Amino acid sequence: MSEQTPGIYLDNNATTMVAPEVVEAMLPFFTEQFGNPSSIHRYGDRVGRALRTARAQVAALLGATHDSEIIFTSCGTESDATAILSALRAQPERREIITTEVEHPAVLSLCDQLAKEGYVIHRLGVDGHGRLDLDAYRALLTERVAIVSVMWANNETGTLFPVEEMAEMARAAGVMFHTDAVQAVGKLPIALADSAIDMLSLSGHKLHAAKGVGVLYVRRNTRFRPLLRGGHQERGRRAGTENSAGIVGLGLACELAGAALEHERTTVRALRDRLERGILTAVPHCFVTGDPDNRLPNTSNIAFEFIEGESILLLLNRHGIAASSGSACSSGSLEPSHVMRAMGIPLTAAHGTIRFSLSRYNSAAEIDRAVDTLVPVIEQLRRLSPYWGEDGPLGDAQTPGFSPAYA
Amino acid sequence: MWDYSEQVQDHFFNPRNAGPVQDANGVGEVGSLACGDALRLSLRVDPEREVILEAGFQTFGCGSAIASSSALTEIIKGMTLDQALTVTNQDIADVLGGLPAEKMHCSVMGREALQAAIANYRGERWEDDDHAEGALVCKCFGVDAGMIEETVRANGLDSVTAVTHYTKAGGGCSACHEEIEEIIARVNPTAVAVQAPRAPEPPQPAAPRVNTLQRIRRIERLIDTLRPELQRDHGDLELVDVDGRTVYVSLKGACAGCQMASLTLSGIQERLSAELGEPLRVIPAAPQQIAC
Ligand SMILES: Cc1ncc(COP(=O)(O)O)c(C=O)c1O
Ligand code: FES
Repeated sequence: MSEQTPGIYLDNNATTMVAPEVVEAMLPFFTEQFGNPSSIHRYGDRVGRALRTARAQVAALLGATHDSEIIFTSCGTESDATAILSALRAQPERREIITTEVEHPAVLSLCDQLAKEGYVIHRLGVDGHGRLDLDAYRALLTERVAIVSVMWANNETGTLFPVEEMAEMARAAGVMFHTDAVQAVGKLPIALADSAIDMLSLSGHKLHAAKGVGVLYVRRNTRFRPLLRGGHQERGRRAGTENSAGIVGLGLACELAGAALEHERTTVRALRDRLERGILTAVPHCFVTGDPDNRLPNTSNIAFEFIEGESILLLLNRHGIAASSGSACSSGSLEPSHVMRAMGIPLTAAHGTIRFSLSRYNSAAEIDRAVDTLVPVIEQLRRLSPYWGEDGPLGDAQTPGFSPAYA
Repeated sequence: MWDYSEQVQDHFFNPRNAGPVQDANGVGEVGSLACGDALRLSLRVDPEREVILEAGFQTFGCGSAIASSSALTEIIKGMTLDQALTVTNQDIADVLGGLPAEKMHCSVMGREALQAAIANYRGERWEDDDHAEGALVCKCFGVDAGMIEETVRANGLDSVTAVTHYTKAGGGCSACHEEIEEIIARVNPTAVAVQAPRAPEPPQPAAPRVNTLQRIRRIERLIDTLRPELQRDHGDLELVDVDGRTVYVSLKGACAGCQMASLTLSGIQERLSAELGEPLRVIPAAPQQIAC
């Protein structure tokens, strides 16, 4: 990419640009507003007030009843871990967890570790469109379950899970319910007061706030055990001096996101659809993964057959376009992403999935340039592929005309 | 995200010899869609002099898989087949200015496709090992789960320190220690971590077969030919035993941090497998003796 070409950022599910207004709001908290909010003097007092405002702004976006239900943390991962470990410690007689196969590693790796420590982990599978079987879920809800942790929106495909309904089912069975809403907050309207959701995680850097700040919502009267004990910050539920600049920025980012929800639902969705249609029309042998009718308005995950994701990304990057891939090639394991495997994406395509995730900062011109760039990139890589002939795949899709010494 | 050298980028963005060679008389295919990478290498060989006149590649894979294929074709053009057979995956990595540990398998794929293509030209069948290496555990030294498991099993290892002495795994940043501990617990459940490393028990040799002795002698001779090179690097190598396709060796290195290709077990394994024409697993049967 030449230095002059402006980049096109289509990787907003990985992280977002900090909104300029948010940067502006944060800056004083690195300079004159450096006080410790716990201090009694005026240096601390002003910061304390700013945190109260931020807490109210977050509570408003989530539709929470009380500001005190908002606990600031350091990231989405910390919020997820706090929720799950709290439920286990508060209910030591309950030794089971219900989650899904397609959660973020923040939940899955923690559950793997808990399994080693003797907890029983139920990981709900998904169908070819990434959907859950609610009857299977219902059958697992017993008094042995400490917590259900199910993501609101999948970070790779954008597919939405019916968490409000699942939370009602958990409540009816007397089981605590947590949702990792890191990808959903700011993209969809959320009304926690009217729901049965007990705990919810969000992360600042996914909604145009800074990295290193997150929130765990804990409904009033939910039994809770802190992850970090120490000072009385966050009413003793999360010790450690507050990241005041980050929290103030997150508060404003939530207010901006709330105001932009309608824009997200209409304009961003239209841009995403334009991108998707452009690609599907121009490129043969590719398809949308996940549940196209029930997903985040900003996300499109497209599987390109017979080529590998990392090489697509490298060529796109050269033209200034940033996206991401479900390919795990860089981990050395050569396994496609756990989400693609869980959905049973065919082998011809599982290594060639690309996620495009938009934001309110993208324009129609950018989308058109992205499509125009992508089409020749795909053609170029297919010309290199041993599975691709003059003008199409060799052999039929499942058994290409390629017979290596091992399979 | 991408720790690729300029040479890797150059070969990826401007691949040399992409596409099949016209009138190829040797074609090698390795990998699969399931593995996430695959390579078809086609050669036109001058039958008189056995010289590679042209080489072309078609690759499905990541950036370094494509770059490794491109580099391979440049290396082997103009070589005789016998010269080409001595090309190692490290040679490919060297031309590329090195590859990240997670991506070394891409260069291995290149070397395997070359062997397959030459075997195809000569009308032989080429057999690869089963690629059941498992995930990379130690990124500092590029050691996979299979190597650690077999070394723990063969030597009854019971601590991370012992695994480091045998395989180097865990001797760097130490981020992989938890995973190594888990492998030890799984493979050697009776392991007591505080126990001093035991003397290695010689593994039981396989039931004698007709040509077992000859085969062992060949391995021994090959190891002897590798030794001067290792001794130059202040290392050494001894054959301890051969059990089926597993070759037990004792490896002495000059320095734990030394990443000399010739000193790595996978390098030795590759040379032995290539020269014997069968997939072999080289497992250390004694701790690596490390000077510093
Ligand atoms: C669904 C989901 N959960 C959790 C996280 C982790 O958030 P953080 O990076 O703030 O720890 C992410 C970020 O990638 C995510 O997409
Ligand atoms: S990863 Fe094994 S020592 Fe660094």
